[in-house]
Amino acid sequence: MAKKETVLVPMPSVNMIPERDSDKSPVLECINLGISFGGLKAVENFNIALGRTEISGLIGPNGAGKTSVFNLLTKVYEPTEGTILLEGKDTKSLSTAQVNQAGIARTFQNIRLFQNLSVEDNVKIAMNAQMKYSLLSSILRLPSYWKEERVAHERAMELLSIFNMQDLGDAKAGSLPYGAQRRLEIVRAMATNPSILLLDEPAAGMNPSETTELMENIQRIRDTFHIAILLIEHDMNLVMNICEGIAVMNFGRIIAKGTPSQIQANPVVIEAYLGKKKEAGA
Amino acid sequence: MGPVNRKTLFKDSRSDLFTYLGVILAFIVITMLKNRGALNRSQSGLLVPICCYIVMAVSLNLTVGILGDLSLGHAGFMSVGAFTGIITSMSLIDIIPSAPIRLTIAIFVGAFFASIVGFLVGIPVLRLKGDYLAIVTLAFGEILKELITCLIVGFDSKGLHIIFNVSGSKTANDLNLLEGGRVIIKGAQGATGTKTIANFTAGFILVMITLVIVLNLIRSRHGRAIMAIRDNRIAAESVGIPLTKFKMIAFVTSTALAGAAGALFGLNYSNLAAAKFDFNTSILVLVFVVLGGLGNIWGSILATVVLYILPEALRGFASYRMLIYAIVLILVMLTTNNPVLKSLFSRWSFRGNKQESEGGSNG
Repeated sequence: MAKKETVLVPMPSVNMIPERDSDKSPVLECINLGISFGGLKAVENFNIALGRTEISGLIGPNGAGKTSVFNLLTKVYEPTEGTILLEGKDTKSLSTAQVNQAGIARTFQNIRLFQNLSVEDNVKIAMNAQMKYSLLSSILRLPSYWKEERVAHERAMELLSIFNMQDLGDAKAGSLPYGAQRRLEIVRAMATNPSILLLDEPAAGMNPSETTELMENIQRIRDTFHIAILLIEHDMNLVMNICEGIAVMNFGRIIAKGTPSQIQANPVVIEAYLGKKKEAGA
Repeated sequence: MGPVNRKTLFKDSRSDLFTYLGVILAFIVITMLKNRGALNRSQSGLLVPICCYIVMAVSLNLTVGILGDLSLGHAGFMSVGAFTGIITSMSLIDIIPSAPIRLTIAIFVGAFFASIVGFLVGIPVLRLKGDYLAIVTLAFGEILKELITCLIVGFDSKGLHIIFNVSGSKTANDLNLLEGGRVIIKGAQGATGTKTIANFTAGFILVMITLVIVLNLIRSRHGRAIMAIRDNRIAAESVGIPLTKFKMIAFVTSTALAGAAGALFGLNYSNLAAAKFDFNTSILVLVFVVLGGLGNIWGSILATVVLYILPEALRGFASYRMLIYAIVLILVMLTTNNPVLKSLFSRWSFRGNKQESEGGSNG
């Protein structure tokens, strides 16, 4: 019976630029997605659809289940209910690594870089699947090794230059300042050639000018690579400015969906964030 | 633009080159000393084992330092290589009289069998993490040793005869060898009467091959993936690195090299029992790796040479030998972990890098 309720509510896109969104089919759909840990339902009845080049936001109070959604999408958690359709295909049988190959890349709320490796190596690691040379050419350094390593080096530098980090290639990732580490995580995610980029609090710990720069860069990434971006963020300035569609979560459920202006005016959202207004106060 | 790119691409290779040159130089110096008779019998007897232990330490560093999984059963894989190597060499003795060729084949066979065992052990073991992995590898190391202790192997004109002596009641006579046959392994007694064909040159070549394999692996996409797993397995998976595959690559390469080292080691002694490859040997190699620095290949070599020679050099102190050895180990740990010395070293290397890059931009 529950399955009958599966009404897919696509996330509205504000700027339906015709040439950009010529392909109207969503790149990612979640249908009744849910996970419970024992008796606790961390996420339930989660339904969204992401447009191909849409920037969407997932917001909500702490503990609402936003990061759990990311972990479900990337198969860090195995969903206990529902379906994830990536390019129309069910990701049920895929592992985390395979989901990434299929096109979902992510960053982490608590930065997870390869601390002891260089910035360039961090990016090159993400290109592993695109590099094809065999173990034998690794060990004997056959021509295919040199050829692919050179291409990888150039591509890594190109990607790093999105955030103007091309000169930091040799630095140890763990030694970078906080903001640069966050940016490197985005570059690393982009190096896997994703069709969807999941950003978990990309602006956390950044100052206002860094956040402004980040906003520009997120839009630039979308425009350059034509990918969908879903981001979790507490910085409302960033969310309201760059997201075309927003979903609000509370207690593991989506409580509202809409454009930034709709969300800002939604009483349910205001209640979730600020609590209920007293009748007398209104 | 072009030359700068090339420079960064070759930079790692350049530091590897110094490692190779250092080992080659050491080989030349030692060979010259040996030819002039400057080394006595017991000193030159240490050369082949040192080479074997260098290969063991470098290969264990691949598992412990590069992959980041603590393995306590490395000697077990060495024993697989040693005894398969001995069996190969002793079986081929009539067909291939040339010792170097036989040694090469034995080393390959040793590496091959050790890698197969490594693969089989790796399937269950690599699912575990941290302490659990260490405990299980320890158990497998002991199991391998015990299994080899049960082996009775002989060779005659009809081929290999193998008895698996689980009950403990069988002896070499049960092999029923034809006339002219040889018993190669006598159960708990181990391999006896092995023709020793290992030599220092072979050891040097094996060390060089090991270095090429391990250093080139580290600088490749495979090695980077392995180090990514070490640094952060969740992030590694999230960028599309299949954990099992790359952990297996590292582990099997490591065990294959241990097998090669074992084959060379086994063919250096006319009598060798499986009991030699016990837990203590695994720990000994681990000590070389840890004191040389996890992930530091050059350090592994240096630590092996120093720590292997030290107990021999201390023979004059007789009963205080192991006491002094322990004190030296503690001192090394204290000095390498001393924050003052650490910052001093890092400042030195930072300056070195800076000068290097400045020189690079000028040139």
